[in-house]
This record gives sequence, C-alpha cells and structure tokens, in this order.
Amino acid sequence: MTGRHALAALVAISWREIVKFTHQKGRLFSAIVRPTLWLIVFAAGFQNVFGVSIIPPYESYITYQEYVLPGLMGIVLLFNGMQSSLSMVYDREMGVMRLLLTAPLPRWYTLLCKLAAGTLLSVVQAYAFLVTAWLFGVTIPWSGWITILPALVLSGLMLGAIGLALSVHIRQLENFAGTMNFVIFPMFFVSSALYPLWKLEESGAVAVWRAAQVNPFTHAVELVRFAAYGQLNGMALAVVAGSTALFFLLAVVGYDPQRGMIARTRQAAA
Amino acid sequence: MVSREDALRLRGVSKNYGPVKALAGVDLTVRNGEFVVLLGPNGAGKSTLFQILSGLFVPDAGEVLVGGFDMRRDPISALKRLGIVFQQSTLDLELSVYANLMFHARLHGLPGSVARERIASEMERFGIAGLARETTRKLSGGNRRRVELARALIHRPSFLLMDEATVGLDPPSRRDLLAHVARLRDEGQVGLLWSTHLVDEASEADRVVVLHRGRVLFDGTPREMTAAAGEAEFGDAFMAMLASPPEAGAREPAGVAP
Repeated sequence: MTGRHALAALVAISWREIVKFTHQKGRLFSAIVRPTLWLIVFAAGFQNVFGVSIIPPYESYITYQEYVLPGLMGIVLLFNGMQSSLSMVYDREMGVMRLLLTAPLPRWYTLLCKLAAGTLLSVVQAYAFLVTAWLFGVTIPWSGWITILPALVLSGLMLGAIGLALSVHIRQLENFAGTMNFVIFPMFFVSSALYPLWKLEESGAVAVWRAAQVNPFTHAVELVRFAAYGQLNGMALAVVAGSTALFFLLAVVGYDPQRGMIARTRQAAA
Repeated sequence: MVSREDALRLRGVSKNYGPVKALAGVDLTVRNGEFVVLLGPNGAGKSTLFQILSGLFVPDAGEVLVGGFDMRRDPISALKRLGIVFQQSTLDLELSVYANLMFHARLHGLPGSVARERIASEMERFGIAGLARETTRKLSGGNRRRVELARALIHRPSFLLMDEATVGLDPPSRRDLLAHVARLRDEGQVGLLWSTHLVDEASEADRVVVLHRGRVLFDGTPREMTAAAGEAEFGDAFMAMLASPPEAGAREPAGVAP
C-alpha cells in the first residue's frame, strides 16, 4: 500500500460516511437536541441540588451547567462512537462490508479509516453542541475552544474504537438497540459526566464510585474538561490513549478472518 | 498486458466446519482469457470456495494464487488482481451509481484522472452511462448487476469471480449479463470463474468444473462432460454425474472429528 493509495482509501471511506451523515437530516439535529435538553432542562432543574465545590481544573465556584458541559460533549462523542458501530453492522447487512474487506488494503487500515471518519463526525457534532450551549449562555473559556480539539479527537477515537470492537459481536441491526442500552447508559451514568466522582464516594455508593473510576468514559470526560481550561490531565490521557489502542486492537482481531469472531460465528452458523 | 501467470490457481484447498468437510482438497486453475463455470448443487461448497477465493475465509489447508500472488502470504497483491461480483448485492443503495464506482476506484488507490476515465469507459461498455447520477436503490436488478460488473473491472483485475450473479434476475437480464461475460472472455484480458447451479449457464463456458460435496467431480469442456456421462444433453450429463459420482462423497458422518 503506497501513501497515495492509503490517502485515497481514507478519503473514500470518510467521504462516504460524511455523505451518509448529510443524508440523515435528523441525525445532527438529535445529536444536538439530546445534550441540549440535559443542559437546559436537567441541569437547570438540578443546579441547586448539586452543589459543586472547587475541584481541579476549576479555580472558583462554577454553575452546574458549566460543570456538566464537558460531560455532555462526551455524550455527543459517545453516541456518535456507537453510531460508527451501527454503521459497521449496517454495512455488513447491506453487503458493503464485503467490498471493504476485499479491498486491497490491510484490514487494520480499513478499520482505521472507518474510525477516523467516525471521529471526524464526532468532533464536528461536539463543536456544534458547544456552539448551541454558548447560545444558551453556557460556555468554556475562549482559549478552551482550541485546546479541547486534541482531547475531543482522542476521546472520539476511543469511543469509536469501542463501537468498532462491539460491532464484531452485534450480528444484526435489531440487536443494536439492546446492546446500546447496556453500553451507552451505564457508561454515561457511571462516570464523572453528570457529577464529580467524590459525590459518589461521599454518598457511600462505593461500588459505583469504583466502577466510575475505571470507566474509560470518565477519563474521556475529564480529558475534555481539563483541556477546556487549558490543562492536561495526565492520568486521563494515559487511560484514553491506552483504551483506544486496546479496543482498536480488539476490533482488528475481531475482523481478522483467521482468528476473529467473524470467522468463528460464521463457522458456527454454517 | 496479459500476465503469464494463471488468473487463478488452487491447490489442495480444504475447509472444515467442525466435523463437516465443506471442501476436501480442491484443485482448480483458470487461465487468462478463459471462462470457467463452476457448477454444483446447493450445498456443494461453492459459497465456501468463493469466500476463500475472495480472502474472506482462510482455508485449513492448500494454497490460493490470484495472478501468481498467494492470498494468504500476500493478500494485498492478490486482491489487487481480483474482481468480484458477489451473489448478494454489495452496492451502497443510498449512493449514486457514479459514487459507488468512485468509492471502489479509490479503495483500489486509482488516481483521480485514471478512475474517472475508467469509470466512464466501463459505464459505456455496460450501457449504464445514462444512469451515472441515479441512486442505485432506484435501479432494476439487471442494472444493479451491470453496475457491479462494471465496478469489478475498474481496477483491471486479471481474475474475475462471479458468484451466482444471475440469482434474482429475469430471463432477459440474465441473458444480457451472460452476453457481457462472453464478450469479456473474447477480449481475452481476464480469466473468469462463474459459479452457478443452473446448467444452461454452462453452455458458453470454455471449461466446466463440477463441485459436489466439497470435491471436484469433473473438470473439462462441456462437450467432454456430456461424453463422459454418456448422455446427449449437457443437463442430463450433470444430473447423471451427481447421481453416481466417480468418487465417494467427501462429507463424513456428523460427530466424527477430522
């Protein structure tokens, strides 16, 4: 595979994802409405219930809306990351997957192109939500609009990689909703997106607190939160980078005809 | 330029699903410019064989060479020389005909100008130039197949694999597709392997390979096959061959591990 071939394939796969995204008029709308409702309705209702003390990266008291903003950007990335898994399952059902897997490209590279395309859409949607939140008067420092970019990209890659790894095991589109209920909601609620983790510890929910600490989504949210205030959370960076590599590797193994689940499940079905 | 390597060479390809031998030591060669029909009833192992030929499955034993390149050791070079029309449609129904073709050209790394020129010439060849902007969802089954055939040729493969490509087509579309394939053979640039369970599709073939229970029962011209079976009609020869295969079937009783 030459560099030019690699670039052409990346352009082809990304372009197809973008075209399909623009065809699905409701997708961007729902991607924005979902977190906006959380921000405007949920956060407004709960801002007096949740008192947020001064914890890094914040240097002063902040409103609950400000606290929850990075978490809601996280959920935009989470939903779109899972959407990339849906796109893999859809491609498998429509037969396009065969075309992708018989293209003269290393399989890991084909998957990487899919991941990159999905992440691009994730980041665009996260910024669209940031603009919407700003219109409602909730925002981050202006410098943060730039410093969150690498954090959004890396978090988007991680959540997309989780989606890809899951897509190996989702056999049919009908199973997608169920799988998502067991992935999206636990990941979102058992994380630092909606409340600081010390709140969980303080309230005595030790098991949930521990789970939230090992939840990669918590670290994605913290990476974005710190980046929004021009700071780097080293621990979050390490967990997000490590999880991205791990889940991408799982996806590559899963799509390998010699070793992966694809081969095993086909054999079982034969 | 026609390569001196055979379009396809298979040696001793075997594949088991647990105790069931789907393929048992299959040898098969398709030379450049040759139109070979792979004939077999449902369950003969054709689908497994095609999954292996397209690199989607890995055989338990044996080797697959496409244009001289080993599918296991150098899959990228082998896949570059392989064009495939799958039994199930693999078009993106939301995209236009042109977008589907361009997607394929880019996956194969063709530079933009080459891709545009080849897409234009293949669409012309298959009479679908007027449909370039149509969404593929709106096309008839016959036209979808033409698009898929055009697409499979854009990267100039040396070997073209067509898996039950006429399934679901009405008789005129079927005849039309076969005529296109016969013309491709006459042009002599590409070796063709056409799988089917319909005997009448084998009459145009240079060679017929009969696959039954994972083994090659016969490999020769349609005329030789009729003579070997002692029948007057090709279809009768095929049925006679399946009824009394020259060798014992390859399928072992369930529960017997290989």
